[in-house]
Amino acid sequence: MELKGKTAIITGASRGIGRATALALAKAGANVVINYTSNELKAAAVKEQIENDGGSAVIFKADVTEYKQCEALVQCAIDHFNRVDILINNAGITRDNLLARMKPEEWREVIDTNLSGVYNCCRAVMRPLLKQKSGGRIINIASVAGIHGNSGQANYAAAKGGVISFTKSLAKELGSRNVTVNAVAPGFIETEMTEALSGQVKEQVLSRIALGRFGQPEDVADLVLFLASSAAYITGQVIVVDGSLSM
Amino acid sequence: MSVENKVKGIIADQLEVGIDKLTLDTTFEDIDADSLDIVELVMALEEEFDLEISDQEIENIKTVGDVVRYIESKV
Ligand SMILES: NC(=O)c1ccc[n+]([C@@H]2O[C@H](COP(=O)([O-])OP(=O)(O)OC[C@H]3O[C@@H](n4cnc5c(N)ncnc54)[C@H](OP(=O)(O)O)[C@@H]3O)[C@@H](O)[C@H]2O)c1
Repeated sequence: MELKGKTAIITGASRGIGRATALALAKAGANVVINYTSNELKAAAVKEQIENDGGSAVIFKADVTEYKQCEALVQCAIDHFNRVDILINNAGITRDNLLARMKPEEWREVIDTNLSGVYNCCRAVMRPLLKQKSGGRIINIASVAGIHGNSGQANYAAAKGGVISFTKSLAKELGSRNVTVNAVAPGFIETEMTEALSGQVKEQVLSRIALGRFGQPEDVADLVLFLASSAAYITGQVIVVDGSLSM
Repeated sequence: MSVENKVKGIIADQLEVGIDKLTLDTTFEDIDADSLDIVELVMALEEEFDLEISDQEIENIKTVGDVVRYIESKV
């Protein structure tokens, strides 16, 4: 299989897009490290599913807002699988509010998790990735909100926009080492993150999607798998997977 | 092994140059090392000699001799 012998770390892989991505990479033969921060049971269920399908996985609790914990996450990959080839920065949260009502902690939590979390994990993986001298793949889950902005999501859009620029800079830094760095920008994907939105908002969004349906976590995982396995000549890009929502 | 030989070994290894090409006066420019090469070299030195090299100290490193003298002053 195309990812046999490779090790992938996926942050926030207990649920949603991260879970689907972990399953897809494992199916392609990668050893996966399933990161989570609170949902140990759900993370364990992902690991079990992978093992039942003949793959190998470990779960590791780490809060991506804490640099030391990200270092421990990377160390976990090395302890279990001797190397790390692929990093998927997927962990993310929303704290939606109009700016006129947005509390400083709503701003900070989103920036800490969605933007600084990406720095933390990328920074922690640099040393092993460069030392291995065998290239690598970094894929950051951004959002169409990070490209176009979104009312009620100034914090989230700022963080995701930051992730996109970060991605481009890192792609330039690491190109000579054959490490590709790309961002994926999903539109509306059916996960717990979007579950909370009102029926009215959902209908409005749906009416703007040419494909006539919301995205599924697997739709995003497909693209991540492509970027992680083939796609050798694609770097510094942000690829939209949104059924045309942002067109 | 002397610090000088150890350092030359690490540089040769990291930057993929023949060790016989390295003298104390060889500059990193001479051997086409870019800034990321230097960072990788510093990571390897930090591990080998169990020390931490600051960004400021990295800036002062221009030649193989600079590295040797720096390491000698620390170990
Ligand atoms: N759903 C969408 O429509 C959509 C659209 C565009 C972009 N995205 C992005 O896609 C990514 C995944 O979203 P999702 O919809 O799959 O979300 P989700 O279902 O809410 O899952 C979020 C995941 O992130 C983890 N997580 C949250 N905070 C963390 C932290 N501090 N440290 C480590 N892990 C943390 C959670 O772990 P626990 O289970 O342990 O809490 C969970 O596994 C996010 O970056 C999101 O911004 C989603």
